[in-house]
Formats: sequence, structure tokens, C-alpha cells
Amino acid sequence: MSIIVLFLAVIAAIIVWWLSRQRLAAKPWLEEGALGDFPGTGALALPPAQIGLGVFLAVVGSLFALLMSAYSMRMGIIDGKPLPAPQILWLNTGVLVLSSAALQGAQLAAKRGDLGGTRAGLFAAAALALAFLVGQLLAWRRLAAAGFLLSGNPASSFFYLITGIHGLHLVGGIVALGRMNARAWSGNRAADLRPGVGLCTVYWHFMLVLWLVLFGLLTRGGDDFLAICRSLAA
Amino acid sequence: MVDVVRGAGGLVPAAEVEDVELYHPKSWLTKYVFCQDAKVIAIQYSLTATAIGLVALVLSWLMRLQLAFPGYFSFIQAENYYQFITMHGMIMVIYLLTALFLGGFGNYLIPLMVGARDMVFPYVNMLSYWIYLLAVLVLVSSFFVPGGPTGAGWTLYPPQAILSGTPGRDWGIIVMLVSLILFIIGFTMGGLNYVVTVLQGRARGMTLMRLPLTVWGIFTATVMALLAFPALFVGAVMMLFDRLLGTSFFMPSLVELGQRSQYGGGSPILWQHLFWFFGHPEVYIVALPAFGIVSDLISTHARKNIFGYRMMVWAIVGIGALSFVVWAHHMYVSGMNPNFGFFFATTTLIIAIPTALKVYNWVLTLWRGDIHLTVPMLFALAFIVTFVNGGLTGLFLGNVVVDVPLSGTMFVVAHFHMVMGVAPILVVFGGIYHWYPKVTGRMLDDTLGRLHFWVTFLGAYAIFFPMHYLGLQGVPRRYYELGQTAFIPPSVATLNVFITVAALIVGAAQMVFLFNLVRSLSHGKEAGGNPWNATTLEWQTPQTPPAHGNWGKELPVVYRWAYDYSVPGADRDFVPQNQPAIVRSA
Repeated sequence: MSIIVLFLAVIAAIIVWWLSRQRLAAKPWLEEGALGDFPGTGALALPPAQIGLGVFLAVVGSLFALLMSAYSMRMGIIDGKPLPAPQILWLNTGVLVLSSAALQGAQLAAKRGDLGGTRAGLFAAAALALAFLVGQLLAWRRLAAAGFLLSGNPASSFFYLITGIHGLHLVGGIVALGRMNARAWSGNRAADLRPGVGLCTVYWHFMLVLWLVLFGLLTRGGDDFLAICRSLAA
Repeated sequence: MVDVVRGAGGLVPAAEVEDVELYHPKSWLTKYVFCQDAKVIAIQYSLTATAIGLVALVLSWLMRLQLAFPGYFSFIQAENYYQFITMHGMIMVIYLLTALFLGGFGNYLIPLMVGARDMVFPYVNMLSYWIYLLAVLVLVSSFFVPGGPTGAGWTLYPPQAILSGTPGRDWGIIVMLVSLILFIIGFTMGGLNYVVTVLQGRARGMTLMRLPLTVWGIFTATVMALLAFPALFVGAVMMLFDRLLGTSFFMPSLVELGQRSQYGGGSPILWQHLFWFFGHPEVYIVALPAFGIVSDLISTHARKNIFGYRMMVWAIVGIGALSFVVWAHHMYVSGMNPNFGFFFATTTLIIAIPTALKVYNWVLTLWRGDIHLTVPMLFALAFIVTFVNGGLTGLFLGNVVVDVPLSGTMFVVAHFHMVMGVAPILVVFGGIYHWYPKVTGRMLDDTLGRLHFWVTFLGAYAIFFPMHYLGLQGVPRRYYELGQTAFIPPSVATLNVFITVAALIVGAAQMVFLFNLVRSLSHGKEAGGNPWNATTLEWQTPQTPPAHGNWGKELPVVYRWAYDYSVPGADRDFVPQNQPAIVRSA
């Protein structure tokens, strides 16, 4: 459970930072005042959708931190041995990096007001993300062919479970990206697309970083990481 | 949507805006059924939670009948009894209390109390309710599947939860896990709304330190729930995999019906960690909104500002943070490292500090106040007493050496019913008596309310006080019948009959409450806009019940904190939050 506690410590640090800017030591009973007498409400100068996405990513982060905690606890038991990584996972990782980069490009294009660039970036990002998902399915098939089925070996159970949940989150993102694509091709100006593209980009980068962490943890690359964790715990 | 303008000093909500961006219902269906107005969603949440809560109430009657008259009712076999306790616990904790406090009170009060027109994402908010309803319907369906609902106990501990021999092993457990997953998805949608609305939807002048404590309680509880519910989600998905797909996340090697099962190597303790990582914050997810609401009820009905507002806010946030590092105090008997036990006992006892601080502040708010013993106030006072009682036994159970002999006895049942069952539900009642006039425009009947209060309050003590004694006698919880047990005296049976009679009476008293709710809709006294002379924004709406968009053409502007009661020199004994400064001579 150390991973989730660490994750929550980070969240707690963010909350403390935010609360420290909210005048929590104010004495509200003495602060009766006219409109001009007080600074705003302390609300952040961001649109609600961005804050909503931020909170949602905290929830998703908590979900995956818990999955990783469960993984490291379960793998600590005798029969837990990490999985050999199918080569295709490296290719998939590259595809997801490109997808994220394409979306970043779309965001920059939207900022410049370049509709063509936005369209191209959005389309490429969605197509590459789909390619990533297909690649993950192929990786599942390779693993199954090599005898690593869902049951029998906890490492492969966790691999299917966690990559599956990560994939489902990407599917949700692709649906949103599909809607952005539809909007981009139906006569909106690039400037109108900017907030939506920005939200997608943040989500995409988060999914990429998450995948990198999971990739390292779930395959042999995570061996050293686990060894470090164990030596810390011991 | 809340309309906003960007000012030099960051985001400042406009004082005078029309509801241009607000969603407007176009037909009867979108106004009353598929509605995106938080107030309607709140009522939908509350009615659904109440309906499923009644099922749980009936289940508690059935299990009490079995405990008082074992063997007398042929339709309560051992497996039925386990199904009753499981469903009773799960419904009451998650589908009733969590949904009612956050989905019901949260949806109704947050936009009104912070001065917003609605939640920031109304469509997602509507989805949240419908997924919750789906979760409830899936849960109810488990009564009708072959084998009936699961009887694994509300903690659903593996391996027994998915082994043959446990009732509902075939279908019940699957349906339960699916329902929980749906509930969590639905809650996350609602929770995003509550958090972002409090962060970004506040009216001009409503700084965080001017928020009523009700909003602070619901806000903090929602943040906690958003971070804690994923643990239950992960656990439920993994157990579904174990049950359906043959993985061994939680299932160790074992012999089932003489056969070596397919499972091997899994860790039942892992489930306990995940479950209680959600389960302990859940206690405070239910308690913090209750703390907040009770603070507002006491201040309003004692006509006195809340004592130590800042401390109350800090305590709410502190309790929320601490509640994430105490989960393993539910696992003292799981065989974990004794050093962990010491750590978790320490954190558990530290929580008593901010909690006690809140209790002192409530009592000091009452001190020399102008106390009006209205029905909401009676419930608020009853909450303080009950919460202190339940909290004190928590200090017993928080210590490892005391917990080990008491674990698994009726003492634990008595403790958690007092502290997170009876106490929050008393606040729910108090809150309903307090805000019903705003929701419907009419007062609830006072005489029926007092009858309901006294029977519920005294009855709850008649039920749960003796259970402490039963626990000290060593009477185990979750036992279908005690049979001939040497260390259990015969008087235990008599006491069980007494408790059951009290439980039946208390349950019947809730029918009086429901009757009152329905009857007062048409026969209640006209309430007017602000029957309790309260300061907070929800009582200052132009219409009662508040119309769509809450505020008419202009959003309110907030000039003061939420607790200006009995201010010296003011005309009345309360000053609403949106009343401009009183000009005083220097």
C-alpha cells in the first residue's frame, strides 16, 4: 500500500498548497464588508472544465496507484514472478508517444489559429491511439500464445487487468477525440476548438505517462524497481 | 453554468448576469425525469435512497426477529440470515447514507449555499443519478436471482465470499460487485460536480472562509470519496475476475468440497487492505457532512454564531486527511505485523483530537445561546450525545489489546451503529426537518416530528446500549443463533427479545416520519421564505421553493460569513449573508 500512500501524499501536498492560498487563518466574523473590500473568492482563473479534468485525473491516478499497490503486494508472495515483455510493447509505446506528440501539435496549431494543422493533428492522434490499442491486443495474443493466460500466473493476471483498464481509459479518450475530430471537420474555427483540444492533450499526456509507469512495473523492467522498493521496506 | 467574467484579480463571478448559459428544460420529461437541475436531482437521489433504505430497514427487522426468536420463523434459515445482514449493511452504508448525504443534501445545498445557479456540469450530474439508480436496481435484482443475494457479510471478505457454502455464491456476489462498480462510476460523476462547483461556482464575496460548515463538510467528504472509492472499485473488479475468470488475486490454494480448487497463491489480506482503505474513509465520508450540517443546525437554532469557526474548518480538513492513514485498525486480528498495529492505533487515537474539538465547539456554541428546541435542534442535540457515545467506544476499539478480545462481538456492532449509523441518520432527519420548508414551501408537522424524534432517539438507545453489554459478555456478531454456549448466560436471550421489540418500535416510528413527509406536502403550514430566520444564502432565494436558476436575474453578493446571529446593534437577531454592511457610527 506504500504506492497509494505516496500518491495521496502528493495529492495532499497539492491540497495544502492550494489551501495555503485561501486565507484559512482569516477571521470571517470580523470581515464584514462591501463588495470592493475583499479580493475575489479565491477561485482559480481557469475554466471549470479544466479543473474538472484535473480532479478526474486525480481520481484516475488514485485508481492506478491502487492497482499498482495491489500488484506489488500480490507479487511479494512466492508465486509472483514478473512477465517477459513481448517485443511489440516497445513498438506500442512508440506509437503512444507519437499520438501524444500529434495531439500536442494539434494544440499548438489551434493556438496559432491553423485549422488545417489542428485537423491533421487530431486525426493523427486518434488514428495512432487506435493503433496503440490494436498493438495491445496483439501483445495479449502473443502472451497467450506463449502460455501466459489470464489465470494461473499472478503477473499475467495483473498484466491483462491493468492494461485492460488502461485501454478502457484510452477508449473513453478516443471517443472524446472522435467528437473533437467531428467538430474540427464541421466548420468550427480553430480558436473555438482550442479549449477542447487542450483538455484532450492533457488527458493524453497523462495516459502516456501512466503507460510508461505501468510498462516499467508490469514487465521485467520493473524488477529493479521492485528490488529497490523491497530494500526500502526491509 | 455559472457565468463568469475575467477580472484583474483573477476570476470574479459577475454580480448581475442573466441565466444565458443555463440549461432549460423543454418538456415535462426533461423537467421532472431526465432533469439537469441539481434540485430535482437531489430529490431523485433522496427518494431513491429512502426507498432502498426502507428495504434495509425491513431486513433489520427480519434479522432481529431471528435473534430474538431463533427457530421460530421457518422462512429465516441460516443462509437467509446472512443475506439479510449483508444486504442491510451494504445498503445502509453506501446506497443510503453516502447517496443521501452527497447526492441528496450535496446536490440541493451546494449550489444554493454558495450562490450558484446550478452545478457546473449539469449533464454529468444527471448521468450520475441515473447510474446510481441503475446500481440500486441491479442491487435489488440480487433478491431475485437464483440463490438470492450474497451472504458474505458487508465486508465481502474472500475467500469465503466466492466459495460454495456462502449463500449467493453463484449469482448474488456477482450482482453485488457489479452494482458497487456502477455506484462508484455514478458517484465519481456527481463528485466531480460537487468539488468543482464549490471551487469555481461561488458567488461574489463568498470566500472559502465564508462558506457555511455544511458546504465544508460535504466538500471535504466528496474529495475523500473521490480518492477512496477507487480502492473499492479495484477490489470489486479483482474479485469479479477471481470469481468469473479464475484468477487468483485474493484466493489462496484451498480444498473445496474435498477437491483442490483451481485457485492458488492469492492473498485474502490484500482484499482487506483495499476494502478498508476505502472503508475507513467511508466512515468520515458519512460523518463529515453530518458534522457540517449539525454545526449549521445548532448555530441557527441556538441563535448564536458557531464557536471557533476556523477550528471547525481545520478540524474537518484534518479529520479528512487523517482518516486515510488509519484503515488497518479494522484488521488488528488479521495477523499483521504488531508494529503496524501500534502505528495504526496511534493514528486512530489522534483522530480523537480534532473530533473532540468539534464536540467542544458545538457545546460552546450552545452555551448561553438562545436555544429553540425545534425538531431539527432536537435531532442535532441527539447527534452530539450519540456521536460522543459511539466515539468513546471507538477509543476502546482503537487500542489493539482491547480490540483483540472485543473484535467480532456485538460490542463492535454497537459501536459502529452508534457512531456511523444512528448519529448520521439523526442528522439526516434533522436536516430534512430543517430544509423541508425550503424544498416544498411547507413546514413538517411539529407534533408528529416530536413523536418521531423521541421514539427514534430513545428507541435507538434501547437497541444499541444493551448490545455493548452483550459484546462484553462475549456474544459474537454474525451468529445465526447462539445455541447452548457455556459462557453466555440465559439473560442474553431475554435482552435480545427486548432489543428486537425496541427495533420494531423504532422502525414503525419511521412510518410516522414518512406519513409526515407526504401529508405536509399538501397540509403543512405555509413556511414562507425563511421560517428559521437563518443567515445562509439558500434561505434568501427570491422564491420558495427556489425556481429554476435559483436566483432570478441577479446572482447574490455575499458581504459576511454565515453565522451573524444575535449581532449587537442589528435590527434582527440574524443578518443574512447577502445583506450589505451595517453602517456603524465611529
